[in-house]
Amino acid sequence: MGLLRAATVTLGLLLLWQALVWVTAVPPFILPSPQAVGATLVQRWPLLLGHASVTAAEILLGLLLGVLLGTIAALLLASATVLRRWLLPLLVASQAIPVFALAPLLVLWLGYGMASKVAMATLIIFFPVTAAFYDGLRRTDPGWLALAQTMGGTRYAILRHIAIPAALPAFTSGLRVATAVAPIGAVVGEWVGSSAGLGHLMLNANARMQTDLMFAALLVLTAMALLLYYAVDFLGRRLLPWLPESQPRS
Amino acid sequence: MSSVGFDTPDAAPGIRLSGARLHYEGVALFDNLSLNLPAGRTSCLLGPSGVGKSSLLALLAGLNAAAEGKIEASDGAALQGRVAWMAQQDLLLPWLNVQDNVTLGDRLRRQPPKHARRLHLLEQVGLAERADSVPAALSGGMRQRVALARTLYENQPVIFMDEPFAALDAVTRLELQDLAGGLLAGRTVLLVTHDPLEALRLGHHLLVLTGRPARISEAFAPPGMPPRAPDDPSLLALQARLLAALRRKEGA
Repeated sequence: MGLLRAATVTLGLLLLWQALVWVTAVPPFILPSPQAVGATLVQRWPLLLGHASVTAAEILLGLLLGVLLGTIAALLLASATVLRRWLLPLLVASQAIPVFALAPLLVLWLGYGMASKVAMATLIIFFPVTAAFYDGLRRTDPGWLALAQTMGGTRYAILRHIAIPAALPAFTSGLRVATAVAPIGAVVGEWVGSSAGLGHLMLNANARMQTDLMFAALLVLTAMALLLYYAVDFLGRRLLPWLPESQPRS
Repeated sequence: MSSVGFDTPDAAPGIRLSGARLHYEGVALFDNLSLNLPAGRTSCLLGPSGVGKSSLLALLAGLNAAAEGKIEASDGAALQGRVAWMAQQDLLLPWLNVQDNVTLGDRLRRQPPKHARRLHLLEQVGLAERADSVPAALSGGMRQRVALARTLYENQPVIFMDEPFAALDAVTRLELQDLAGGLLAGRTVLLVTHDPLEALRLGHHLLVLTGRPARISEAFAPPGMPPRAPDDPSLLALQARLLAALRRKEGA
């Protein structure tokens, strides 16, 4: 049923797009028709695939590093009071700097290769994961903590068996946000300076007025981002079956 | 079941609290309050909402850092580590199944779970077949029975219960009172409740907490031994008197 709905919406949007092209008769370098984009997608598939694999690698590496660092930071914040006093203001202040403004610096420091894009994605992923997980760790039901205390649980045991599992739903929301912003980090990094990747391809296609190729790259990027998001969402539901949102909807 | 040896904790000590004091936003909830809990007996603490019953219980259980007071056990040893606590909410962890919730204490203390004891307790609360269910699949009454099994699994000589059956419907509450009455025997129990009938059914002694700062009334012992039948006419007469006393004190 959901699939049917998605297909209907996609088809409707394609028809609307086609109608817009017919009615306004815009030149193809402003807005190519869906058929033209489809044809380019098929013809240039090997090229698109090559650049997509670079961007995918940047996103996945950034996601891995960002989630890892974010998790560690949240655990440190939740368990060490002294560290929290120093680290928390620093973290919040760091978010006032637009990450995109750092992109040229990252390219300058880390070069045109993959490293600067991975760093960019890591930076953009780090904060939502830290914030969401730390928030979850802080909001453990006081009743559970009191119970664990009367049972003689050590601080570590309470963190491991109560606070962390209880914070996993918050962690997965952070992960969902991170997954949604990860492609942005990678592509912005590619726009600032790169030798490969879908962002690089789009920038070049734009300069040569190959708008159909730009659209094809955009479609591939969207498909990748959606696939990643649903994969994370699916995994979250599978691993946390006790969440109310994991129950099948009636 | 005495051969199994599960249900006799170490000799239950009597408990004496003195000089208890708790100020909340400049108001004294209680000040220089004393309380005696006889060894191996169930004491019920009654009183209107907001009088400080739960705070007093939390102080005894070592869960209220804001309150102060001297807590002594009749055997001279520290009370810490000899207390099990049961709250109004079942506090079951939704990611653990029933049996793992019962043995949560062992998990936190990094001890292997005692399988036989766990099974025995689940049988006693009538949930042996639901050992692998998750809490979300159980009714409110079943969940509170798991919480009772978890409390008893700790096998502590002292048990503090904070309105443990208040959230249940009337019939389920009566069933759980019967169950708890039998299983709590021999331990030093303080049961906080706002239900006079519950106190009359389960308590060897009844205490009433009223006023601000709160004072504790003379202990009052209903005739016979708990758990008393809910349709006992003498119990119902006592309930009427107790309700009248509670209302009088609230009005005063």
